[in-house]
Amino acid sequence: MILLQVIVAGLLIGAVYALFSSGLTLVWGMMNVINFAHGEFVMLGMYVAFWAFTLAHFGVASFSAAAAVVLFMLGVLVYLALIRHVMRGPMLAQILSTFGLLLVLRYAAFWAFGANFVSLPDGILGPSLNVGGILLSAPKLVAGVVALAVTIGMHLLLTRTMLGSRILAVAEDRNAAMLMGIRPDRMQAIAWGLSGASAGIAGALIATFFPISATVGESLGLIAFVVVTFGGFGSVPGAMIAGLIIGLIESLSAYYVGPVYQDVFVYALFVLVLWIRPRGLMGKA
Amino acid sequence: MRRAGWVALAAVLLLFPLSFNNPYYEQLGSLVLLAAISASAWNLIGGFAGQVSVGNAVFFGAGAYMPLLFYKLWQVSPLLGFPAGIAVSLVIAVVIGIPTLRLSGHYFSMATIAVAELIRIVVSNWDFLGAAIGLTGPATPRGWWDLVFRSSNPYYYMFLAVLVTLLAITYAIQRSRFGYDLRASRGGERAARSLVVPVSSYTLYAFMLSATFTSLAGSLYVVKFGFIDPGSGFGILVSINMVLIAALGGAGRLFGPLLGAAILIPLQTETNNLFGGGGTGLTYILYGGIIVLIARFEPGGLFEMWDRLRAKWGSHAA
Repeated sequence: MILLQVIVAGLLIGAVYALFSSGLTLVWGMMNVINFAHGEFVMLGMYVAFWAFTLAHFGVASFSAAAAVVLFMLGVLVYLALIRHVMRGPMLAQILSTFGLLLVLRYAAFWAFGANFVSLPDGILGPSLNVGGILLSAPKLVAGVVALAVTIGMHLLLTRTMLGSRILAVAEDRNAAMLMGIRPDRMQAIAWGLSGASAGIAGALIATFFPISATVGESLGLIAFVVVTFGGFGSVPGAMIAGLIIGLIESLSAYYVGPVYQDVFVYALFVLVLWIRPRGLMGKA
Repeated sequence: MRRAGWVALAAVLLLFPLSFNNPYYEQLGSLVLLAAISASAWNLIGGFAGQVSVGNAVFFGAGAYMPLLFYKLWQVSPLLGFPAGIAVSLVIAVVIGIPTLRLSGHYFSMATIAVAELIRIVVSNWDFLGAAIGLTGPATPRGWWDLVFRSSNPYYYMFLAVLVTLLAITYAIQRSRFGYDLRASRGGERAARSLVVPVSSYTLYAFMLSATFTSLAGSLYVVKFGFIDPGSGFGILVSINMVLIAALGGAGRLFGPLLGAAILIPLQTETNNLFGGGGTGLTYILYGGIIVLIARFEPGGLFEMWDRLRAKWGSHAA
């Protein structure tokens, strides 16, 4: 029974990984840029949720929305101020730009919010539930389900709406899209906004059950790299499946080997994927 | 004119520690050289081959841990651990490099940082390697071969010898067929492939050479300081320092890393004195800001900026 509980918990956290990773893979697939600061976006989402709750007494739904809006704007801002200027430049400039951003965001948060962990109150989403002998924490259940729904929503947005078609058109062929009257710059800014928003919502959801600190983005960012590589270049459904698998592996290795090593297994899987199937689960060859 | 510049540079480097009878400056000089070694090693893969490693600390850490591990296990000279560190680093470089250097550059960058973090976590929890406390070297030397000296000067000249060797190798590579091919593959990978340049194996060789010298830098660090812990061996700041120093001076330029180190290391020592222990966060913010500015406005670093200014000034004069 405990094993079943470990599996369910892993899948729920995996759904949250899938959510923020789908934002990373969207930008990667669209303009071949990797945002090294994506974990820091999630961290900022956690803090937005925390401050919206503490200062303005927002509920879970409204602070998740607030985190999405704030991080959407940050994503657009980062694109306009930085990425737009380096994306066609040398590889070094592309990688250094978001890597520098990672340092600035992580340590500015460290400096502004302090080294101490903060957290939202325990019972914020009600008590734990007992479903057929499996003990489920309510926040994790809500987070997992909401994250899955938002990730699917993002996939539908990209594949079933006019906006999504425009974004994918720019990803496919920038010049052809321009001839169709689509403004690539605007679509790319929106993609960065959506990417930020996915990190923001995911951060707000994680904040309901996980302590908040300035350095939490370090492992979350690396997990996002593993998920997008495993899922395949630019594939949102791939990121979704990979996120669930990574959550499961993490949960099982924490249970069998020890929580200190849970990330070790995930990073080792990353190297393994690169060796065995570098294009990932759903990537194009 | 050019020759005079070389002589002046050599004279400054050789005479630097002798011109001050002040331990602070002697120490500073050896720190600049050490930083220049690891940044020049990064430059081989990040600057010349154009593959941005953000996890070179993994080689530095391997090079730093091995000599002290040999001393701890068998009480032998730390020198014997140098080749072991290089061997471990080469294995890691191959494991990361073979799968990723065939793919687009992002995979390589992501893999370097993930592997560095993986190994940092393992070392931090492994009692055999001293876990979070780390390892300590010989406190009092039993002979010269323990490489424990009271003054900074022997270290200074040791570091200088390694740096000169590394720069000489880099210079030779730059002027060789291998160097031209590397630059060609950085400029346009597909074009280089079409000219039958074996891009991924050449890049792998550059990465292995980079790993070798980064490991050596770690070994030199540890004989000077006598101890190592997971943070100062494998920490993210170690990797950041290499990237930042090389990019500031000029990635892909022979003397870029040395210039970057000569500027950044004194600045770093000063800001640490200024902010004190609590200021590490501020130092990182500053670093991040400089990195973003370089990427956005001057990806060629100070050397390229200087070239451009000189060209502009030259055209005005003419």
